[in-house]
Amino acid sequence: MDLSMLWYLVPSVIMFAAGVYGFVTRKNMIALLISLELMLNSADLNFVVFNRFLFPGSMEGMVFTLFAIAIAAAETAIAIAIIVNIYRAVGNTDINSVKKMKY
Amino acid sequence: MDITLPILILALPFTMFLILGIGGVKMSRKLAGVLGICGNGALLAMAYTVAFTYFFSGNPEFIADGIRQQVQLFDVTWLAFTERMVVNIGFLLDPISAMMLIVITTISFMVHLYSWGYMEHEPGFQRYYAFLSLFTFSMLGLVVATNIFQMYIFWELVGVSSYLLIGFFYKLPSAVSASKKAFIVTRFADLFMLIGILVLSYFVAQTPADGPLGGASAFNFLMLNSESSNVLASTIGATFLGGSVLTWAMILIFVGGMGKSAMMPLHIWLPDAMEGPTPVSALIHAATMVVAGVYLVARFFPLYLIVPDSLTFITVVGAITAFYAAVVACCQIDIKRILAFSTISQIAFMMVSLGVARPELHDGLGYMASMFHLFTHAMFKALLFLGAGALIHAVHSNNYTEMGGMRKYMPITHWTFLIGCLAIAGIFPLSGFWSKDEMLSAMYANNWIWGAWMTMVAGLTAFYMFRMYFRVFWWEENPHYKEHRPHDAPWQMSLPLIFLAIVSIFSGFIPFGEFVTWNREPYHIHIEMQVAVTSIVVALIAIAFAGWLYLKKNDKPARMKAALPGLWTAANRRFYWDEIYMFVTHKIIFNGICKAIAWFDRHIIDGTMDALAAMTQFFSVRIKGMQNGSVQTYVLWYFFGAVLLAVITWICLL
Repeated sequence: MDLSMLWYLVPSVIMFAAGVYGFVTRKNMIALLISLELMLNSADLNFVVFNRFLFPGSMEGMVFTLFAIAIAAAETAIAIAIIVNIYRAVGNTDINSVKKMKY
Repeated sequence: MDITLPILILALPFTMFLILGIGGVKMSRKLAGVLGICGNGALLAMAYTVAFTYFFSGNPEFIADGIRQQVQLFDVTWLAFTERMVVNIGFLLDPISAMMLIVITTISFMVHLYSWGYMEHEPGFQRYYAFLSLFTFSMLGLVVATNIFQMYIFWELVGVSSYLLIGFFYKLPSAVSASKKAFIVTRFADLFMLIGILVLSYFVAQTPADGPLGGASAFNFLMLNSESSNVLASTIGATFLGGSVLTWAMILIFVGGMGKSAMMPLHIWLPDAMEGPTPVSALIHAATMVVAGVYLVARFFPLYLIVPDSLTFITVVGAITAFYAAVVACCQIDIKRILAFSTISQIAFMMVSLGVARPELHDGLGYMASMFHLFTHAMFKALLFLGAGALIHAVHSNNYTEMGGMRKYMPITHWTFLIGCLAIAGIFPLSGFWSKDEMLSAMYANNWIWGAWMTMVAGLTAFYMFRMYFRVFWWEENPHYKEHRPHDAPWQMSLPLIFLAIVSIFSGFIPFGEFVTWNREPYHIHIEMQVAVTSIVVALIAIAFAGWLYLKKNDKPARMKAALPGLWTAANRRFYWDEIYMFVTHKIIFNGICKAIAWFDRHIIDGTMDALAAMTQFFSVRIKGMQNGSVQTYVLWYFFGAVLLAVITWICLL
C-alpha cells in the first residue's frame, strides 16, 4: 500500500509533542533526557521523510540523520555522566534540586 | 664636479651617527671619541675640498663671466606623489651653501675635539657623539638643500637633534623641560612655515605645468629664485589684510626662521636651551642651527625682493629683538645666558642687515654683510661659548658671582675670551669690526633710523660683553679658589680656543664680498670711515663704562641696581616673556579653551556612552529574575517563543 508523507509526519508530531510535554512536566532528570531524545528522534524522522519524498535523488537528509544520531549518542553519554555526578552531589535526580545556575 | 665627495659629505656623518648610536654601548669612551673626531676630521677635509674647489678653482662650471654659478651637483627624485608634488634630494653648491659648509664643519670639528675634554666624565659620552654626528648631518643637509621640501625635512631634523642634545642630561628636570620647550616652540613656528610653503605652492600651481616650475622642479630653489621675478610676480593679484598673498607667504616662511633663530616673540626657548652641555650650545645654539633662519631668508632672498614689505617686516622684527636681547643680556648673572641673549641680539643684527638689503643700495650690501657677520659671528661666538665652558668646567658654576679674578688662574681662557669679546664688540682690526661695519653701512644706506638704532645695540653689545669679561676675569678673586684652585683646561679644550681665537682675529680680512653677494657678482668691500669711526667710538665708550663699573670690586653696580630696581628686575626676568607665555598657555588656552573642550568631552561625548551603559544596566537588573535556574521554565519560554514566531510567520504568509 502506498503511504503518503502524512503517515510519517503525524507520528513525528506526536513524538515531538510528547517530548515537549515530558520535558516540561517531569521532575526526574532521566525522564527529561528521554523526552529530549524523543524530540530529537522526531526531528530526525522529519529529515528522512522530507528527503525521501521531496528530494528522492539526493542523500543529504539521510546522511544528516546518521550524523545527528551519532552526536545524540555522544551527547546522551555526557548528559548521563552529568546526571550521575549531580546524583553523587545532591543525593537525588530531581531537576528542582539544581537551581543554582542563575543570575 | 664629481659627485662622490658631495654624497660622502652627507653620508659620512649619518653613518657615524648609526655606528656610534647603535654600537656606542659596546664601545669604550676613547674609541667613541676617536671615531667621532676622526670621522668629523675627514668630513672637514671633504667639505673644505668642495668649498675651496668651488671658490678658487675658477672652473667655468662654478664661475662664468665673473658671476659665481649655482650648481646642483646632484638632484634625485626621492618621493613622487603626483606629477607636480615631487620631493627631491640633492646637493646645491652656491656661495652661501659653500660658506656654510666651511662654518658648520669647522665649528663641528672644534666642538668634537673640545667635547673630548669637556664631556670626559659624563655618562652617555658615546650617545653624545652620536647626537653630534646626527646634528652635523642634518645641518649639512639643510644648507645644501635643492628645494623647499628637502630644506623642511632637514629643518625638522636639526630641531630633533637640538632637542636630543639640550635634553642630554635627561636626569635633570630643568634640562628635560628646556628640551621640550625648545622643540615645542620651534615646532610651533615651523607650522607657520609649512603654511607659508603651502601658500607658495598655490602660486606655483598657477604657473603652466610645462613651464620652469612644472614637474619635479616645482619647489626647486634655483627655479623659484631665477624665474620668480617673471613667473611668480605676475601672479600677485589677491591681497589679504593689506598685503599681497605672496607677501604673506614669505612672512609665514620667515616665521619658521623666527622660531629657529629665536627672534622675538619666539625667542623664549634659546636661553633655556643653555641647559644642554656647553659645547652643544657653542655648536647648535650659537654658530650653526640658530642662524638657519638667516640662511632661510638669504636662500629665498630673490623672492623676498619681489615683496619688499616682507623685508621691512624682517627688519622691524630684527631691530626690536636685537635691542631687547641686548638689554636683557646686561642684567643676567648666568654667563651662558648672557651669551645666549648676545646670540639672539647678533642674529637679529643679521636679520636687520638682510631686511635692509636692496639691489639699488650699495649693490645689495646688506646681504653680503649679513652672511659675513654670520661667518665671523659663528667663529667668535663659538669661541666665547667654549671659553665659558672652560670657566664652568673650572669652577663648576654658571654664575659669574662664583667667579672673578680668573685671569691669573686661566691665562689661555682669559686671552682667548678677551679676543672673542673684542671681536664681538667690533674693535678694529678683529673680525667683528669688519662685518659689523658692513652691516651698519647697509643700514645707514637704507634709512638712518636703522643705522642709529643698531649702532646703539652695538654699543650695548660691547657693554654687556665687557661687563661679563671684567666681572669674570677681574673684579675680585673668589675666596673659594683657595680650596679648589681653578686651572686651564686640557689641550683638547685649549686647542679649539686658540684656533678659534686666531680665526676671530684674522677672518675679518677675508675679502668676503668677492665670494658671497646677493647676485653672486664680486663686490669690493670698502670701509666707510664715518660709520666705522662712530661704531668704534661707541664700542670704546661702552667698554670704558663697563670697565669703570666692573674692573675692581666696588659698590657702583649695586648702587645702579638699587637706583633702578624695577628696570633691573624686569631685565633680569627677561621682561617677563616667559611669564606672559605661561599666562597665555595656562590661563587662557588651558583654562579657557581647553577646559571648555574637556568639559564637552567629559560630559557630552562620555555622557552619551555612559547613558547607553546605564540604560542597559537598568533594564538588565529589571529582567534578570527570568534567569531563575529552572531549566524547565527556560524550555517553556523557548517553546512559547517558537510558537509565537510560527504564528507570526503563518499570519504573514496568509
